[in-house]
Amino acid sequence: MNAVKLRVICAVVLCVIFVVGLFAGTVSPYPYAKQFRERPNAAPSSTHLLGTDSLGRDLFARLIYGTRVSLLLAPTAALLATLLAGILGGFAGFVGGWCEKVILAAADLSMALPLLFVLLALRAVLPLDISPVLSVIATFTLLGLLGWPSSLRVVWAATKNLRNSDFLLLARATGCGRSRIVVRHLFPNLRPVLFAQFWISIPVFVLTEATLSMLGLGVIEPLPSWGNLLRGLEDISAVSANPWRLTPLVLLILVVICFQLILPAQEETA
Amino acid sequence: MPSPLKSLALSALLALALPVRAQTGGELHFCLHGEPKTFNPILVDDEASENVRYLTGGVLIRLNRQTQALEPALATSWNVSRDRRTITFHLRKGIHFSDGTPFSSEDVSYTMRLLMDPATHSTTGDSFRSGEGTVQVRTPAPDVAAIMFPAPIAGLERLFDQVAILSAHSPKKEMAVLGPFYVADYKAGSYVLLQKNANYWKRDAQGHSLPYIDGVRLDIQRNRDIELLRFRRGELQLINRLDAEQFERLEHENPAVTRNAGTGLDAEEFWFSQSPAAPLPAYKKAWFGMKEFRKAISSAINRSDLCRLVYAGYAKPAYGPVSPSNHFWFNAALEDPKYDPQGALRLLAQAGFRFENDTLKDRAGNRVEFTVVTNSGNAAREKIAAMIQQDLSQIGIKVNIVTLDFPSLIERITRTFDYDACILGLVNTDLDPNGQMNVWLSSGENHQWNPSQKSPATPWEAEIDKLMREQATAPTEKERKVKFDRVQQIAAEQQPFIYLINKDVLVAVSPSVVGVAPVVLDPWAFWNVDTLRLGPAPELGVQK
Repeated sequence: MNAVKLRVICAVVLCVIFVVGLFAGTVSPYPYAKQFRERPNAAPSSTHLLGTDSLGRDLFARLIYGTRVSLLLAPTAALLATLLAGILGGFAGFVGGWCEKVILAAADLSMALPLLFVLLALRAVLPLDISPVLSVIATFTLLGLLGWPSSLRVVWAATKNLRNSDFLLLARATGCGRSRIVVRHLFPNLRPVLFAQFWISIPVFVLTEATLSMLGLGVIEPLPSWGNLLRGLEDISAVSANPWRLTPLVLLILVVICFQLILPAQEETA
Repeated sequence: MPSPLKSLALSALLALALPVRAQTGGELHFCLHGEPKTFNPILVDDEASENVRYLTGGVLIRLNRQTQALEPALATSWNVSRDRRTITFHLRKGIHFSDGTPFSSEDVSYTMRLLMDPATHSTTGDSFRSGEGTVQVRTPAPDVAAIMFPAPIAGLERLFDQVAILSAHSPKKEMAVLGPFYVADYKAGSYVLLQKNANYWKRDAQGHSLPYIDGVRLDIQRNRDIELLRFRRGELQLINRLDAEQFERLEHENPAVTRNAGTGLDAEEFWFSQSPAAPLPAYKKAWFGMKEFRKAISSAINRSDLCRLVYAGYAKPAYGPVSPSNHFWFNAALEDPKYDPQGALRLLAQAGFRFENDTLKDRAGNRVEFTVVTNSGNAAREKIAAMIQQDLSQIGIKVNIVTLDFPSLIERITRTFDYDACILGLVNTDLDPNGQMNVWLSSGENHQWNPSQKSPATPWEAEIDKLMREQATAPTEKERKVKFDRVQQIAAEQQPFIYLINKDVLVAVSPSVVGVAPVVLDPWAFWNVDTLRLGPAPELGVQK
């Protein structure tokens, strides 16, 4: 199988997962929070395709809704982080001087912030009566706002290279204004870097959410996400007795692999 | 899930079969779940240090964890004056500390002085502070000590179960002990090694010296999964308290090692914020202040399902502030908490609420919706919250769930009062109601629904204040019980705390340990450590 075919397959897989997540309400046989208390920890059957959890909630329904939460919000956070990195990194690399120093220092400072404590502080200051969905959106927004520094370094380095390139020198020599240089010359050349950063960030944010939920700090019960579904894997002996509980993990691995395999296609377009 | 009969039969079989092979000597091996902060029994304030104190400290009176009755220990007898301000102990003669220093009434006097010295900041000493003035100790003879308190103390004798006697003369200071073991070695973060105290005063029925075992090795291990793994490998002989999930897993692998001591004293509870300082809308304050509303919520929660699904059946629906396993203080006249959503709707209708289109609205048309907070990372409480959410949706109430890190949660429930309702656990180690004084007095900081009141906000809180104070000074236990029964009855009628479940006390013990009889009181599995024996380690039959 050649690389292009593989990328197509990955893209199809991702599209299918995205679409299923997007139309979770239609695809899912039950509401994600409905408890079938007479059927806790049930094995997969025609009634419950992936069985039920300890409270009798349908795991298939929870997986689909969890996909929606994880796969819609992670790209949004990645987009936010990449946008910030693009604007600040591009500006620092293009303008240079004290602006560059300030922005890079801010990036270093931001990287030094312990994400966990910032998220704890956010949850503590948010009003209690906001809906779980809004709370999750706030968490992902913060992830996006704090996720820009590593991408910024890459964008800054690429911009700096471009600033000193022959074609920009030529553009300046022919009397191109700053804004025209940025729009017509700099941005098109930075686009592949920004795309690459965006694609890389998506699985990072999916995994961050999973980690936070494993710690009980991500998406709050009963709203499902891949992260809090993975908490069911803490009990390894229960997993060996009920291997279907591995489905969220398999899906997570599949999505991360698909994102990684699609990535080279973007680089090649550079 | 084990049936009680099966557990009993197994225990009986083990008790019958294993003593034959049991012997003296050997080292018992189990874990502390934290670093002991001190080996000074006066300063104990954490569970790990308390375990070391139990294993090493000699006390004047010991509470028998099985019978829940007081027994003579270093004191052969005692009497309390009618005004409950003086207790006189008659001490055992010929007793020596672990380093050979003789024990006398001077040591009792020295210990009490140290305990009550404000500079010591002893938590154990705090329970003896009854009023203005100093505690005085008279020692008319080497085997008689009389302790006089400035004000009466209810349940005075029981408090001495926590007071390990120190030597007034030993150069080893607090390391000289009167208990079954002494601290022989300690490596911070790693282990505490206890050795048999050759001078321990207690003998068995045949006159043999106790304890039977030579030592106890306490590994410091916070991670419960690693502890379980080591138990499975046979490296540990005992796990002192398992959660329901771990217990069920172990029970499935090898039922011979799991023991359910029965319903414990700890409870999980739910309450609404009723503080006037809470920044909540007036209509919410009105709901939370209504007895009918709280009772309806209580009736609409299916506690049996909580026990079955969250605790795998290893819990019982809670009746009130006292667990049924607290034999003396539990009010047996209290009604069972019944799951009755229709009854809940009737109560709400009486209070002016309307149930229309699957939605509950108050008289003014506000939809009944509130947020429950609990601490993050506690899977059991998150499940309880999710189940309450579904239960209350049956009566048209929308519940939101928010988990907060512990410091933020405490900040909200003790300082800002910015929350609607909360789910937390009540850790109860004291059988005596005096241990709950801070919870029930309206001025108490732990009077969680409306703490630190200047004067009682409601007539029923005023009545509880009066009853709690009266029981604390009543001359007899019987009179105290009558008063505290009434407190429990008011709590059941008013539901300021909606008690949810009492968890079972679950432990794991290797069949090589003979004589273990887990109880619901701390320290659960090793309360009778001085009479435990070690037999040959049998095949555990679990993953090695």
